[in-house]
Amino acid sequence: MSAEAVGAREHVLGPLEQIPLGEGRAFAVDGEQIAVFRLRNDTLRALSAICPHRGGPIADGQIDQRVVMCPLHHNTFELDTGCSTTGEQPLRSYQVSTDAQRNIVLRTG
Amino acid sequence: MSTVLERAVPADGRTGARRRLVVVGNGMAGARAVEEILERGGAEQFDITVFGDEPYGNYNRIMLSHVLSGEEDDADIFLNSLPWYEENGITLHAGVRVGRIDRFAKEVHSDDGQVTPYDVLIIATGSRSFMPPIDGLHTEDGSLLPGVFAFRTIDDTREMVSYAQHEHHRKAVVIGGGLLGLEAARGLQAYGLQVEVVHSGGHLMNAQMGPEAGAILRRSVESLGIGVHLNSRTTHVLGTDKVQGVRLKGAPDLACHLVVVTAGIRPNVDVAVASGLPVERAIVVDDHMRVLDEEGMDVDAIYAVGECVQHRGQVYGLVAPLWEQAGVLADQVTGRNPAAAYHGSRTATKLKVAGVDVASMGVQGPERDTDEHVMFSEPSRGVYKSVVIRDEKIIGATLLGDSRKVAFLTQAFDRGLPLPEERTSLLFDLGGPSEEAGVAELDDDAQVCNCNGVSKKDLVNAVEGGCTTVAGAMDATRAGKGCGSCRLLVGQVVEWAAGGAVQEDPKANWYVPGIPMDKPTLMAAVREQGLRSVSEVFAALAPDGADDAKSKMGLASLLKMMLADEYVDERDARFINDRVHANIQRDGTFSVVPQMKGGVTSVHQLRRIADVAEKHHIPMIKLTGGQRIDLLGVPKEDLPKVWADLDMPSGYAYGKSFRTVKTCVGREFCRFGTGDSTRLGIEIEERFQGIESPAKMKLAVSGCPRNCAESLVKDVGVVAVEGGRWEIYVGGAAGAHIRKGDLLATVDDPEQVKLLAGRFMQYYRENANWLERTYSFVPRVGLEHVRAVVVDDAEGICERLDAAMQASIDEYSDPWVEREDPFTPGQFRTSLPLEVRPRVPVR
Ligand code: SRM
Ligand SMILES: Cc1cc2nc3c(=O)[nH]c(=O)nc-3n(C[C@H](O)[C@H](O)[C@H](O)COP(=O)(O)OP(=O)(O)OC[C@H]3O[C@@H](n4cnc5c(N)ncnc54)[C@H](O)[C@@H]3O)c2cc1C
Ligand code: SF4
Ligand code: FES
Repeated sequence: MSAEAVGAREHVLGPLEQIPLGEGRAFAVDGEQIAVFRLRNDTLRALSAICPHRGGPIADGQIDQRVVMCPLHHNTFELDTGCSTTGEQPLRSYQVSTDAQRNIVLRTG
Repeated sequence: MSTVLERAVPADGRTGARRRLVVVGNGMAGARAVEEILERGGAEQFDITVFGDEPYGNYNRIMLSHVLSGEEDDADIFLNSLPWYEENGITLHAGVRVGRIDRFAKEVHSDDGQVTPYDVLIIATGSRSFMPPIDGLHTEDGSLLPGVFAFRTIDDTREMVSYAQHEHHRKAVVIGGGLLGLEAARGLQAYGLQVEVVHSGGHLMNAQMGPEAGAILRRSVESLGIGVHLNSRTTHVLGTDKVQGVRLKGAPDLACHLVVVTAGIRPNVDVAVASGLPVERAIVVDDHMRVLDEEGMDVDAIYAVGECVQHRGQVYGLVAPLWEQAGVLADQVTGRNPAAAYHGSRTATKLKVAGVDVASMGVQGPERDTDEHVMFSEPSRGVYKSVVIRDEKIIGATLLGDSRKVAFLTQAFDRGLPLPEERTSLLFDLGGPSEEAGVAELDDDAQVCNCNGVSKKDLVNAVEGGCTTVAGAMDATRAGKGCGSCRLLVGQVVEWAAGGAVQEDPKANWYVPGIPMDKPTLMAAVREQGLRSVSEVFAALAPDGADDAKSKMGLASLLKMMLADEYVDERDARFINDRVHANIQRDGTFSVVPQMKGGVTSVHQLRRIADVAEKHHIPMIKLTGGQRIDLLGVPKEDLPKVWADLDMPSGYAYGKSFRTVKTCVGREFCRFGTGDSTRLGIEIEERFQGIESPAKMKLAVSGCPRNCAESLVKDVGVVAVEGGRWEIYVGGAAGAHIRKGDLLATVDDPEQVKLLAGRFMQYYRENANWLERTYSFVPRVGLEHVRAVVVDDAEGICERLDAAMQASIDEYSDPWVEREDPFTPGQFRTSLPLEVRPRVPVR
């Protein structure tokens, strides 16, 4: 998972303020759908946006500091790793941060 | 001498002197063995690595029947979730198969190309479904023909459920009429499928019972609507790209869309065979659970456990023996008790198969002339009981449809207890311990939970060790955590052991899982500390101040109810439905239900709804069970436009809140009507619209006791009766639970109805647990108490209740006006930017 890996790319997704505290918003990046969450401590996490269970929209899920809960059947996934704590397949996790202008910066690849 | 007591030399940077324990197979036996090893201090002795072919933690395979029938969510059957392995320092390779063991180099070769060295190895590869030779079962590439399923893993079950839910799939055939087959058949019925069981034997469940019992079971199964074909061999599965039917030998073809094969299981021995370990019917082990080589000598440091082993010629297919094996294995591997030995299990099974109680042990019927056979059969009730006695000892018993005597019979069978002279008392409660006396008189070693091998003594020890709640004792011993058929008995034993001093599980009283407080304590703390938002509540009251996603919605609802306009509304505390004021659907679109008070509409409203549906290409327009109109399949980003064009207020069909008031036509039109139910319904809906509550509140008003608005099964139901009076019922429902409401009061006029209904709802809002509907709340608190408080003002709080309700009413504003001015950035932005929505059928 090294950011320097071949093919790793940075995407600037626009201002942080698009995402209210404690919520998630979905972005289409390079043909992938990615849910970015802004935790209550104002840090970001990014996971693939589609629940492996039955395709639920992960960005609509509720979160805390640790997990996101899919809105459809309440499977939960760790925000840091994408691993499911309820036995589902994992979500893919991405590195995400903000730059000096408070833009969201996501790494894929 | 056994290698297990040797200390390995610390090597290649490994910490301390810990040996490497590798487990192949992460099913019920493998994971249980690891738990037993940890319990014996194994974490200090071993670095543990587990390989599991299935890409999950360890789950309760037994519960797959419940997952199939939809009674249990697949997320709820995990025994050891992934974090458990991490917390216990275990390296889990989930989804990685082991291909071969090099017993001389002491290495495990897995299919991901890794080589893992071990000092001690445990093989727990379990079994797989047996696929009998049937033409057409497989496609050319060797995979199962689409529509054919095994029933062994969580993936099998999930795939079967999704296939069964397909609307064109109407008929299923189950091949094999044993335990699993009947469970599968019953489960599939839950999806509206017509199911037939094809069984090659002469009677159902022939592994567990004789022909007479089998015949009665057949009647019970058929009365559930499941077809049964006995003595039938399936020769072909028909269909080229998917299942279209099955061909039976000497009988007409059966058309079907889905085939489940439950024709037995076979131990997974490929790894053992590939590694040169001795395999007969399964992997051969000795009494210490060590794998033996061809000479009958134990192979260095390799153990096996579970369904993949053969011990003294026996291979087991139920969990109880595995628990005993895992205990012995752990004693051996950790050196805790080198004398521990497994002597085989006498399997007594007590199961609920397709809703029918089945218990069986030992032989199925008399085998010698001198065997005594005590038998009772009552086919019309589906009851069959039989006991076989030899030399004054029970050597076999079968109970079908009534397993009340099973505790005593199992004990007598296990231990050869002396039997009563009057043999009928073996079958009925004449002698022997009766159900109630049973708990006290049960032997200490009597097994209460057969799935997890928990004895009465284990439970008593747990209670004496301080687990004085039923849930606590269940967690500590795992009793009742298998098929669940023993839970009643477990509760009785715990109560008996605690001498009536059973405590309730403290967590069961917490309002939400993330804050360790019941509702009154929580409300008091919120008031005292002046907390005004959900994040403030977490910071002040949660352990370590940690927020908890599962608790947010309940807290948001509670604070809104308590604080009205003082509440600081943090939208992340809301569930998606409450963030966008619509109900999320399976494809991520939403449904829009405008308010239609009392189910009364107008030309103007109908025209507007029709125009909106046309303009926005609404896939389905539907009349709801709540007497209004639902526009289904609206993408999130279209919600504001749809609301704007509708220009009607929200009907709150999505919230844990006041929903609708159904009404009937009432006095103005109906020849029987005694009260103006329509009007009163509209007034009630107008007054209480949108009020949030611990769970949904659904109401109705009927114009006479014919009850056309179904008032008797509503949270609050009102019925006009002769003489201009109104009855008020509370605590009714007719959804997942059906309960007739209790008559709270009969009053003289509509104003009083509104007053009492409001006061009752406020009392419920303040006192009910999160998600507790009135149908649970009213019986829990007691109707008499409710009436004393809200009608007779026994606690002197009526005035306060009325005022609090009024404050909530004054706070109402239609949430759909947020269309003009979204509350948060991107409130209505799509969460699936690349999917084409809706994906629901368009009508
Ligand atoms: C739309 C509607 C079905 C219909 O097409 O008619 C409906 C749809 C849903 N019902 Fe219902 N219920 C609808 C009338 C009912 C009724 C009938 C009634 O209200 O008279 C009942 C039985 C009455 C009762 O509750 O006592 C009913 C008992 C349930 C239950 C069982 C509640 C219980 O505790 O027993 C649930 C599940 C739950 O609440 O957890 C449920 C849950 C649901 C949910 C919200 C499931 C969900 O969480 O997504 C459904 C939303 C489907 C969707 O995609 O939008 N629905 N539901 C009805 C809307 C009524 C309305 O206008 O507001
Ligand atoms: C639907 C259903 C209902 C049941 N109901 C009951 C019941 O009511 N009562 C009862 O007592 N029993 C019941 N059983 C039986 C019970 O589930 C089994 O006895 C028990 O699961 C056996 O445990 P095990 O660990 O030996 O095998 P399993 O639980 O099958 O575990 C073996 C594991 O090893 C893995 N594995 C296999 N080979 C490899 C390899 N080479 N490398 C890595 N991993 C490997 C497998 O993927 C599997 O996960 C039921 C079974 C089913 C399927
Ligand atoms: S609308 Fe109600 S009854 Fe129908 S599928 Fe959904 S929850 Fe079940
Ligand atoms: S779709 Fe996410 S939990 Fe079911």
